[in-house]
Amino acid sequence: MATLPISTDKIIEKYGPHKAYTPASGFHGSHEPDRLVKTHCCFCGMQCGIQLKVKDNTIAGFEPWMEFPFNEGRLCPKGVQRYLQNNHPDRLLHPLQRVEGKGFENIGWDKAMDRTISEIRRIQEQYGQDAFGMLSGVSLTNEKSYMIGKFARVALKTANLDYNGRLCMVSAGAGNKKAFGLDRISNSWSDLAGAEVIIIAGTNVSETFPTLTHYIWQARDRGAKLVVIDPRVTPIARTADLHLPVKPGTDSALYGAMLKILVDNDWLDHDFIQHHTSGFDKTIEAVKDYDLAWAEKTTGIPADKILQAATWWGKASTSFLLHARGIEHHTKGVDNVLGCINLVLATGRIGKPYCGYGTITGQGNGQGGREHGHKCDQLPGNRDITNPEHRKYIAGVWGIEESEMPGKGLSAYEMIEAIHRGEVKGLITICFNPLVSLPNNNFVREAFEKLEYYVAIDFFLNETARHADLILPGSLHEEEEGTVTTAEGRVVKINQAITPPGEARKDSDILIELAQRLGAGDKFNYSCSEDIFNELRVASKGGTADYYGITYEKIEKNMGVFWPCPDLDHPGTPRLWEDRKFKTPDGKAHFNPVPYRDPSEVVDTEFPVVLTTGRVVSQYLSGSQTRRIGKLVDQYPEPLLEIHPKLAAKYNIKNRELVKVSTRRGEAFFPAQLVETIREDTVFIPYHWGGKQSANQLTIGTLDPVSKIPEFKVCACRLEPTGQQGTEKMKETAYQSY
Amino acid sequence: MPNTKYNQQMEFFIDMQRCIGCHACEMACAECETNGQESMIHIHYVDRAVSVQTTVQVCMHCEDPVCANVCPADAITKDDFGVVHTANTSRCIGCSNCVLACPFGVPIKSEPQELMMKCNMCYDRTSAGKKPMCATVCPSQALYYGTREEISKMRPDSVPVNTFQFGEQEVKTKVNIMMPKGSTHLKVH
Repeated sequence: MATLPISTDKIIEKYGPHKAYTPASGFHGSHEPDRLVKTHCCFCGMQCGIQLKVKDNTIAGFEPWMEFPFNEGRLCPKGVQRYLQNNHPDRLLHPLQRVEGKGFENIGWDKAMDRTISEIRRIQEQYGQDAFGMLSGVSLTNEKSYMIGKFARVALKTANLDYNGRLCMVSAGAGNKKAFGLDRISNSWSDLAGAEVIIIAGTNVSETFPTLTHYIWQARDRGAKLVVIDPRVTPIARTADLHLPVKPGTDSALYGAMLKILVDNDWLDHDFIQHHTSGFDKTIEAVKDYDLAWAEKTTGIPADKILQAATWWGKASTSFLLHARGIEHHTKGVDNVLGCINLVLATGRIGKPYCGYGTITGQGNGQGGREHGHKCDQLPGNRDITNPEHRKYIAGVWGIEESEMPGKGLSAYEMIEAIHRGEVKGLITICFNPLVSLPNNNFVREAFEKLEYYVAIDFFLNETARHADLILPGSLHEEEEGTVTTAEGRVVKINQAITPPGEARKDSDILIELAQRLGAGDKFNYSCSEDIFNELRVASKGGTADYYGITYEKIEKNMGVFWPCPDLDHPGTPRLWEDRKFKTPDGKAHFNPVPYRDPSEVVDTEFPVVLTTGRVVSQYLSGSQTRRIGKLVDQYPEPLLEIHPKLAAKYNIKNRELVKVSTRRGEAFFPAQLVETIREDTVFIPYHWGGKQSANQLTIGTLDPVSKIPEFKVCACRLEPTGQQGTEKMKETAYQSY
Repeated sequence: MPNTKYNQQMEFFIDMQRCIGCHACEMACAECETNGQESMIHIHYVDRAVSVQTTVQVCMHCEDPVCANVCPADAITKDDFGVVHTANTSRCIGCSNCVLACPFGVPIKSEPQELMMKCNMCYDRTSAGKKPMCATVCPSQALYYGTREEISKMRPDSVPVNTFQFGEQEVKTKVNIMMPKGSTHLKVH
């Protein structure tokens, strides 16, 4: 039963989050480390190179890695502080078992494994194989992601495996597959520097991917125009040549109107459209009525700004369009992505130097982790689990009969709904904190409380794992070797710096033992991470995400290899589509019509204000790691309600006043931050916190019909001033998720 | 200066326009073993109510450092390379003259130690041929460490300025602020 065994306060007292700081004199050995280990940051999709200082099998500090070509030593505050996790007092060191009224007590590995296996068997025998689900995450390496896909299908024998990338890049992935037949950014970041026009849509680059800012400035130094589409004036929008303050939920109207302007002015690459694309006519038919007046009314962006953006885009000879969660976290996330792609295809600026397009993948291994079978509908190499040929090939690699392989399962949020309905009874999670990161999290909590057995693998007791029956202590990024694929499609090497402390184990060792005990040990004969990678290479061979030609040695020698890399002599592919051979069935890039539709919840008299959510520079995702690092917490201690002074005046809300924010899902209180850097009809709350100050108590769980991504970025809310100021206690304790 | 690889061609450039207010510089600065987890560089919002613009405050390493001139204990010195060093701990008497005199408001008095502390351009790193920690990590390169020739080539629309006018008084510094092309000095009102 996945309810809290004792009060939240008592759990926090023992397992945190507690804030860790480096001692004033540094950690033991930081001035004279035993060695420096070249690896990467554990956080976002940039995967900046970094060197970790190691002393006596602990991480003592960091040293910039100047030679790694993407970041050349540059780091954001999260990167600078990432080394603070290994020495952390909250680190889980032993397998733990929930004891009602007492909390969690140590239980040896043997008992922990026995109990987990017997519960899996009990639930699957009683309710069916798919009644035990698995939720994973893409801060994990390619090796672990691949092995989890195999573990769920071969050892656990469930269809219900999905991952936290479902909250991240799936709209982009689905859109890219529709348009190009392949899911990867088209160019490496180095092509950004030569683009004449850069559009960044719904991506707070300077706070979520700070090290990418340098590439954008390189282009601007050469005269590039920067267009930023965002409801807020983010730090990257502040100095942009053009800022389009789009009303949340109306992005596709903007792209539709821009496409119409390209057509009306004949800013089109007719040769490219004719020979290398399909679907153009029906796509422009869908936008024929999207004139500037309609676009201004729908998006809230002044018509002259829309025209200016389209004119720059239309007349440019080189360009780059980037987007991220801001346009993807919608019930029409895929539509928004396709709307962007239509602008790229209309001008034919792809597959050439300085001409690029792509999503900026959010999570550390958001790219690689979404390619090798982590998803409910996917097999390695970005293959389709419903495709008989794909199933047959992977079944062969795994040494099972195709008929034994489960089919398509439920996506992450659908799995929570199935748990709530009582259809899924048992769950294993790794690297996922759904009680903070999923929308409408009061509903999510209710679902977890219905589970008959919940086991969590993690290195900290995150907010969701507080509900676990059993916790298996896994490994940090720096405690296991592997590879990740960065947001530019570069496969890089994660090097093990230290061994897991206490009784904690490498994640892959935990999964291998579980597989052995489930009777599938012969399918998991790996002696090291490289063994897993070599099997992944074979499994990906012939798929669109083909890693066959990539080896550990080749990665280290070249500081990363860009996939696809189909054979050992292949140098990798930093720039896609130079051959104009797209991976769609007809070999062409596909335009897709995007008729405009409203978001799932629009404002009304009861809930008259638009609520959108996002991130701050000092926190990462659900904060499970970054809310335990003192300086990162102190930089932005509690979630604030960003509100324009004019909207605040309407409700008589003062700066720092506590505001009750209500939606149809729940209510919560946040101190107001009055700023002119947001639209007058929209409020913003960052989502990294759990408990009473969690923004995701308010967000809506409606999903994109194709990608199944939740609509985090727009819902309707009501604001009520309380007459009280935000308290110091709230500010000081928000990071702990009371 | 014995055994130094300090390259006098290398200069420090600050472009406030590029600052994204991420605080990576502060956190990296604090890592220095002599700083005891205190940062010698500071990032502040100019006025968060109206803008997300941030500003960088770090020692400008004046050609004629007022902080050193007013120090009654001769604790602050400027070396042959123009780096104004933080107070010599055996001499500093914690009087705060430097704190009050600096036109840029840089030195801070560390109360627990009764000592003045400020940036010394990461002398341990720069004298070993490395970049200062803040300019190494700065993700937007609002903080840049390199030669004047390099930055002129990379950023043709702006120029480095190191002359500051405080009323009647002109202050020249080792650290440069990037200004729009054609600028020659920065007047502080």
